[in-house]
Amino acid sequence: MKALIKRLGVKSLNFFIYIGGVFHLLVSTMFQIFVPPFRRKEFFSQMYKVGVQSLPIVFLVAFFTGMVLALQSAYQLTKMNAQIYISGLVALSMLRELGPVLTALVIAGRVGASITAELGTMKVTEQIDALETLAANPVKYLVVPRFLALCIMLPILTIYADFLGIVGGYLIGVYKLLIGPTIYLQMTYDSLVLKDLFTGLFKSLIFAVIICIISCYEGFRTEGGAEGVGKATTLSVVTSFILIITADCLFTALFYFMFP
Amino acid sequence: MIEIINLTKSFGNNKVLDNLNLTINSGEVTVIIGRSGCGKSVLLKHIIGLLKPDLGQVIIDNEDVSMMDHEELDKLRLSFGMLFQGAALFDSMTVGENVGFALKEHTDLPEVMVKKKVARALELVGLKGIEELMPAELSGGMKKRVGLARAICNDPKIILYDEPTTGVDPVMADAINELIVDLNTKLKVTSIVVTHDMVSAYKIAGRIAMLYKGKIIGVGRPSEIKNTKDPVVKQFVTGASKGPITENGG
Ligand SMILES: Nc1ncnc2c1ncn2[C@@H]1O[C@H](COP(=O)(O)OP(=O)(O)OP(=O)(O)O)[C@@H](O)[C@H]1O
Ligand SMILES: [Mg+2]
Repeated sequence: MKALIKRLGVKSLNFFIYIGGVFHLLVSTMFQIFVPPFRRKEFFSQMYKVGVQSLPIVFLVAFFTGMVLALQSAYQLTKMNAQIYISGLVALSMLRELGPVLTALVIAGRVGASITAELGTMKVTEQIDALETLAANPVKYLVVPRFLALCIMLPILTIYADFLGIVGGYLIGVYKLLIGPTIYLQMTYDSLVLKDLFTGLFKSLIFAVIICIISCYEGFRTEGGAEGVGKATTLSVVTSFILIITADCLFTALFYFMFP
Repeated sequence: MIEIINLTKSFGNNKVLDNLNLTINSGEVTVIIGRSGCGKSVLLKHIIGLLKPDLGQVIIDNEDVSMMDHEELDKLRLSFGMLFQGAALFDSMTVGENVGFALKEHTDLPEVMVKKKVARALELVGLKGIEELMPAELSGGMKKRVGLARAICNDPKIILYDEPTTGVDPVMADAINELIVDLNTKLKVTSIVVTHDMVSAYKIAGRIAMLYKGKIIGVGRPSEIKNTKDPVVKQFVTGASKGPITENGG
């Protein structure tokens, strides 16, 4: 019993240390953004890694999701002769929910994992220590460029995913379900309001912060050689996934009640 | 002058440094010897403020390193050079960028001057003209020497060397020893060298300090250490397998 309480105590203490560490990293990142000099070269190379190199995978995921969404809703809507609403359904689900969340999950797996692996390797080979001895702040040097790149690129990728999902739905709707192209586009346009796009983009910004801070934090606290790097990477992706889904739920509910 | 006072550090239940006291004179080469795993690297990391002590102080020119905030530490570190045991070169940068890192970050020197200083530092460690290579393309000993070039490139006042000659061939090792002595005599650099290699230690040391079970158990000039009465120090410097130091303990 005593051992159990002790373990519970240690666990919850570690939990609070984790939360504290994550927030500390977030705050110092925000602060360091405004401390000159700005590392343009590193920033652009991260933008390229995060954004440009993710285009194919995001294309694949969003495009097929749009198609599947159209097909699956057709399954129900044809029963009521209401196929015409497929266009709006696809567009709304993509913009409000699937575009931001799927893109964030893909990026957490692709970019978040690579950030943790890279920083984790730097940590275990003492490169982070070396940065510090050379009077370079690791947060400024390593986190800030990644943070900015993710915060800019994830919303852009989300818009790209939204668009591709709608295109995927359009192809199914027009060529398979034989809805007229003009009416399909008209219905898509009519069903959307700007709010749908913006709530989605706001969520993707939050997801970008989550992915960057979690993956950098896990990288910085990596210990124990190659095995440790592997563990940290897994942990970083899993934690990001959980937090993305949780934050999504939270903000969806918030928006639902705030802007009905 | 660097004063280390009652320095204590544990990792979990492993007490690595235990009330350690040591004074390092300015402009002198102090060699720290001791068995593998006794905490030499940990001691160096305390001196440059990478690790915070559990108890005790590291005082450099009358200022306590463990009490410094980030900015003060960064300022202090600009006068330091450190060679890591595993070199710790930045994988994502070329050799030239590695060596010139501090100059590029913290000085307004024009690009040409930085290049010149980098080339000179590399030449000093016997690696002329490899600026464009990536660390992954280097051998272990070459990495070590590039690490050394990075440590000395911005003309530091204090240099910490963690096993500078390990993994380097004997000829090169001797050249590195000469370099350490040279920097010390010509530029009055304060040097702290961690090594297992007694030949190098005798050659370069102004003073030798032995770390054993978390404490400094003997300090002295090379001749004093050579003729020591202390059985532990004696066993270590003569490299005998029989004595108070056992294979597992200590
Ligand atoms: N970050 C750390 N976390 C936990 N334990 C550590 C850490 N760094 C060092 N140690 C422990 O401290 C002890 C001393 O390590 P240190 O690297 O200082 O040894 P050393 O004297 O430099 O040995 P060597 O000559 O082999 O380099 C070891 O037992 C090591 O396990
Ligand atoms: Mg060591």
